[in-house]
Amino acid sequence: MLKIITSVIGRDLKLAMRRQADIVSAVFFFVIVVSLFPLGIGPEPDLLRKLAPGVLWVAALLATMLSLPRLFADDHRDGTLEQLALAPHPLGLVVTGKVIAHWLVSGLPLALIAPVLGIQFDLSTDALIVLTGAILLGTPALSGIGAIGAALTLGLRGGGVLLSLLVLPLYIPVLIFGAGAVDATVSGLGGEGHLSLLAAITFASLGFAPWASAAALKIALE
Amino acid sequence: MKDRFNLYRFASPVTFYPLAGALIPWFVALSVVFGLAGLYLGMLVAPTDFQQGEGYRIIFIHVPASWMSMFIYLVMAGWAAIGLAFNTRLSGMMAHALAPTGALMAFLSLWTGALWGKPMWGAWWVWDARLTSELILLFLYIGYMALTAAIDDTKRADKAGGLLLLVGVVNVPIIYFSVKWWNTLHQGSSVNLTKSSMAQTMLWGMLLMAMCFWMYSIAVALMRARTIMLERERNTDWVKAVLAENSEGAAK
Repeated sequence: MLKIITSVIGRDLKLAMRRQADIVSAVFFFVIVVSLFPLGIGPEPDLLRKLAPGVLWVAALLATMLSLPRLFADDHRDGTLEQLALAPHPLGLVVTGKVIAHWLVSGLPLALIAPVLGIQFDLSTDALIVLTGAILLGTPALSGIGAIGAALTLGLRGGGVLLSLLVLPLYIPVLIFGAGAVDATVSGLGGEGHLSLLAAITFASLGFAPWASAAALKIALE
Repeated sequence: MKDRFNLYRFASPVTFYPLAGALIPWFVALSVVFGLAGLYLGMLVAPTDFQQGEGYRIIFIHVPASWMSMFIYLVMAGWAAIGLAFNTRLSGMMAHALAPTGALMAFLSLWTGALWGKPMWGAWWVWDARLTSELILLFLYIGYMALTAAIDDTKRADKAGGLLLLVGVVNVPIIYFSVKWWNTLHQGSSVNLTKSSMAQTMLWGMLLMAMCFWMYSIAVALMRARTIMLERERNTDWVKAVLAENSEGAAK
C-alpha cells in the first residue's frame, strides 16, 4: 500500500523536475501577487501588518489553483491515467500519491518563501513562524480538495475557470483558519486553536479527498 | 393497476412524467393557500416586535428562504447519493431541477437579510459566520450549475454534479450551527421544538410561510423536472407520444 503511494510520488516528482519552469512560475506568481498589495494600498507598516496574513493566504490559494489543472491533465492526455485506473491498486491510493507530490512541488515552496514575503509586510518573528507553520499545515488540504475539482473538470472546455469556481468556495475554511492563526498571534491571543483546526481540516481532507477524486476520475474516464 | 403498488414504478421517467403533471396543480394550490394564510398572519395579525418594530416582518420571507436553501441542498445531495448508488436516471434530473430553486432561495435569504440588516445592524452586509457560510452555499449552487452546464454528456454531468454535491454537503451543518458555534452578530434561532422565544402568531405565520415556500419549491422543481425529462428523453417513443398528444390538443 505504501509502495504504490511512494512510487507515484517518485514518478510525479521526477516529471515535475523535468519541467521546473512550471514550479518556478507558480512560486513567482505567489511572490508577484503578494508584492502588488503594498504598491496598491500604500507602504504604512501598521496597515501592512494587519493585511499580511490575508494577502499571503489568498495569494497561496491562487498559486495552488494555478497548478491544479495539470494535476491529472497531462496523464489524461497521454493515457497514463487510464493505465493507473486499470492497475490492481485502489485508485484512491494513486491519487493520494499524486496529491502529496503536488503538495511537494506547489505547497512546500510557498511555505519556504512565505517568511521572506512576511518580512516585506513587517511581521514579527513570532508571526513569521506561525505563518510558515500555518502554510505548511494548510497547503496539503488545498492540494487534496483541489484534486477533487481537478478530477471533476478533467477534459472539460473552460476547465480552468470552472475549476476555480468549484474549488475556491471549498478553500474558504482553510483560508479563515490559516489567516486567523497569524492574526491571533499578531494580536497576542495565540494561534494554537486555529492551527489545531487547520491540522484537523488537512488530515480530514487528505483522508477523504483522494477517494472522492478517484470516484470523479472514474466518472471522467468512463 | 394490476400488480401491487410499487414505489419503484415511478423511478422511470415514463411513469413519473404524468404523475408529476398530476401533482403540480395540487402543490401550486397548497402553496397559494399557505402563502395567503401566512402573509395574513404575518403582516396583519402578528404583533409588532417591541425591539425591532415593523421591520422584523421580513423574517416571514427570510427565515423560510434560508431554511429552504439549506434543505434543498440536502435533498439534492440525497438525490445525488441515490443516483450514484443505484445509477437511476431520474435522480440526476431531480437534482438538476432543484438547483436553480435552491440558488434562488439562497439569494433571497441573503438579499432579505441585507434589507433587514441595514435598519437593524446599520450595515447591508457584515462578515458574520452565518452570512459567510450562506454565501458559500450560494457559490456551491452556482458551482454545481456551472459544472453540469459545462459537461455535454448528461450521464457524466449527473454523476460529476452529484459528487460535487456530496462534497459540498459538509457546509450545510456549518451554516445551521454557525450561530451556536461562533457567537457573532446574527441572532440565534428563535424557533425551537420545545419552547419558542417568539409570539404564537409570529411562529405560526413563519411556519405557514415555510410550508408555502416548500410547496412552491416542489411545484417548480417538478415542472422543471418534466421539461428536463422531455429534453433528455427526446429520442424515446413515450416523449414522441406525449408531444403528439400535446400538439393534437393544441390543434383542437
